[in-house]
Amino acid sequence: MNLTLKIWRQANADAKGNMETYPISDVSPDMSFLEMMDVLNEELMVKGIDPVAFDHDCREGICGMCSMFINGEAHGPDRLVTTCQLHMRKFNDGDTITIEPFRANAFPVIKDLTVDRSAFDRIQQAGGFVSVNTSGNTQDANSIPIDKHDADKAFDAATCIGCGACVASCKNASAMLFVSAKVSQYALLPQGKIEATDRVLNMVKQMDDEGFGNCTNTGACEVECPKGISLENIARMNREYYSASLEG
Amino acid sequence: MAKLDSKTPKGPLSDKWTNHKSKINLVSPANKRQIDVIVVGTGLAGASASATLAELGYNVKTFCFQDSPRRAHSIAAQGGINAAKNYQGDGDSTHRLFYDTIKGGDYRSREANVHRLAEVSTNIIDQCVAQGVPFARDYGGLLDNRSFGGVLVSRTFYAKGQTGQQLLLGAYSAMNRQIGRGKIKMYNRHEMMDLVVVDRKARGIITRNLIDGKLERHSAHAVVIASGGYGNVFFLSTNAMGSNTSAGWKVHKKGAHFANPCFTQIHPTCIPVSGDHQSKLTLMSESLRNDGRIWVPKKLEDAKAIREGNLKPTDLSEGDRDYYLERRYPAFGNLVPRDVASRAAKERCDAGFGVNSTGEAVYLDFAAAVIRYGKEQAHIKGLNEEDEVLVKNLGQEVVRSKYGNLFQMYEKIVDQNPYETPMMIYPAVHYTMGGVWVDYNLMTSIPGCFAIGEANFSDHGANRLGASALMQGLADGYFVLPYTMGDYLSNDIRTGTIPTDSSEFEAAEKDVKDQLDAFINNKGINSVDYYHRKLGKIMWDKCGMSRNEKGLKDAMLEIKSLREDFYKNVNVPGSQNEFNEQLAKAGRVADFLELGELFAKDALERTESCGGHFREESQTPEGEALRDDENFTFVSAWEYNGEPADAVLRKEELKYEEIEVKTRSYK
Repeated sequence: MNLTLKIWRQANADAKGNMETYPISDVSPDMSFLEMMDVLNEELMVKGIDPVAFDHDCREGICGMCSMFINGEAHGPDRLVTTCQLHMRKFNDGDTITIEPFRANAFPVIKDLTVDRSAFDRIQQAGGFVSVNTSGNTQDANSIPIDKHDADKAFDAATCIGCGACVASCKNASAMLFVSAKVSQYALLPQGKIEATDRVLNMVKQMDDEGFGNCTNTGACEVECPKGISLENIARMNREYYSASLEG
Repeated sequence: MAKLDSKTPKGPLSDKWTNHKSKINLVSPANKRQIDVIVVGTGLAGASASATLAELGYNVKTFCFQDSPRRAHSIAAQGGINAAKNYQGDGDSTHRLFYDTIKGGDYRSREANVHRLAEVSTNIIDQCVAQGVPFARDYGGLLDNRSFGGVLVSRTFYAKGQTGQQLLLGAYSAMNRQIGRGKIKMYNRHEMMDLVVVDRKARGIITRNLIDGKLERHSAHAVVIASGGYGNVFFLSTNAMGSNTSAGWKVHKKGAHFANPCFTQIHPTCIPVSGDHQSKLTLMSESLRNDGRIWVPKKLEDAKAIREGNLKPTDLSEGDRDYYLERRYPAFGNLVPRDVASRAAKERCDAGFGVNSTGEAVYLDFAAAVIRYGKEQAHIKGLNEEDEVLVKNLGQEVVRSKYGNLFQMYEKIVDQNPYETPMMIYPAVHYTMGGVWVDYNLMTSIPGCFAIGEANFSDHGANRLGASALMQGLADGYFVLPYTMGDYLSNDIRTGTIPTDSSEFEAAEKDVKDQLDAFINNKGINSVDYYHRKLGKIMWDKCGMSRNEKGLKDAMLEIKSLREDFYKNVNVPGSQNEFNEQLAKAGRVADFLELGELFAKDALERTESCGGHFREESQTPEGEALRDDENFTFVSAWEYNGEPADAVLRKEELKYEEIEVKTRSYK
């Protein structure tokens, strides 16, 4: 396949960015999208052009490090995949592909397609945990049976990889899907219920402080989420938040 | 050749850890506040150690090269974590887990460390459940288990095919709690460039901020290396793209011994290589072997027809299939350990029975499991067990609930539906049992420098059993290191803050800067990846699933000359003071180019076969690995001495007090 790539180039956080056009030829349909980017970077270096910076690590869809807004969609046109799992067979010979970073005020660009998502870490630090010491002197793991349906729902919420696709896809740059996934995981488990009130209040406050927008229920986040995190989690977080606000 | 002291406590094996814990020195809570600890890496071992050390009261500084500690590659572990809970009542015990792990490691691991690992395994599950880790449960609300290779019980706890993710996010959450309290200072996008040794003690590290390229000095009373394994020396592996050996290698170059580098795990079930553009390989969890049956065609002509696309695997009748693991190893069948399964796959493919276009793949087939589960579900629901379509649908639902994410990953990569046609798999580099040598207290040969998790060497011998890496990472981080480190730090309560303006810090930073300058100023002709790929090919061809004297000697020479070429001709674009991924990669590949040579040397000197280390010269008439206990019951710990080829061998003799050393058999 021969393709035309239009890629956002920005030297650093303070520089002004712009789109650059690069042709690429002989792309195999079995390549992953990032392998295609590797080939492009090798070619750019031969020409003395600075390679395109992009975040990536595990390349199997679980670490959440790869991002990229491809043809107007977070992680590209395929569903339930991250960019690293997207394969070139999803594109056609002659296509022009537009590649931009995940854009949000709370995700400043570091370089090219690499953005700073540390706001997500700070939200987790505000309450995304159970306050139990790691001494090993806890009770036996089977002493509290947990309804399988609740455990499964908690697991589904916990599979969020923290990539930020929800924020990038949202017209308000809202992080509600990300935050609600963690709030839901713990709210559904007896171990997490004890601190549920403080957790939801603290995490939502941090989310607001980081500059993420509000949720207007458009549902773009759920559609673009590579892990299929459900909007139900946002509903659950809203419930948790209102009841916590009344208690508080 | 001098012998090494493992500092293993005296006394009966099952009492060693308990007695040791009650005898070692402690640091008071007030004094802990005066002590700084550096942790490099935030996988299961690093994150759990950071959290626990901070909780105990130490001032912890933690570093990771990724944009968040949650990205560490433990996140990608799929199948599960072992613990001797015996919830299934199938005869499990601490002793059995200990025994299975020693035997699985082909009698090349340290007995006392493995026993301790088995002892603390049950605490890990309790701890993780208390943290809100959503393990799989049955309908009664209790924890579910499954079985893994090389064992005859079901002791593996899991969270679908994402157990590593759930455990890592648990450890990450424990860390976040301490970051929020100000007890951990977290440095994302920072790479450790060197260890600083003052008066023979580890006293700090030099780091590079990967965003702006700035070099920084960080001091501490102890440094913990938790940076994972070195599988990426093969270029293609199941490791993440950024996984590297640099932290461990720098420590080695500063005086820590590097143990058993040739002990590498080639995992039997990975998605086969598809072409030259391949940048990494993807694992399909060993848990799939609970329900998947591995086979190749019985007849060469069928294999050929399949390779040419003229025959489909589903067209072959049962009689025309060779379930070679079930045939060769009736007792363990498809659940033999990884080294055995990998070699068996290679043997069939080398003999011409491989199934994809490259001839390097075997089938992993779920058809039988789908029918079995489907009938069971039909029976439970009172439906017609003879209705084939219904049974298939019900069975596929069960398989989806157990392995859904793995099947989805496979489908996205290969573009085939594994519910309808068998998966194709082939062995790939996955885990490294070797690593920085540590004593019983997890301290390296440099006082104050510790190594935990995959970065050290001690628990898995020559082959790691499935679901044991997660167990070891969390055991080291949550329950072992926080105790043993106190014993060392108890001598440091009056030391005070370590200054970073000493000549040692100065010199270490200068060395780092000089190397970075050299890369940038080199202006060569080949990219970093060009060298990494070449190194990987030498390693895979000559230090891979089977090794021989000539190949290993050639490998040593080829790697050395490749390294020389690298320093002459590598091209690193851009500058030092910016976000520069090529520059970061150049430093990592430089270290792989040294480690690779030591790896080959270690494999050359160990003329026996054991676990994942298969020397063609040492095999039984049936082609099984043949150990040489008389001459090789020791750990090879290499002391740095300039060129990797000149490294000096120091031996730690392995003594088995409780276990009778036997020929490993899974027949």
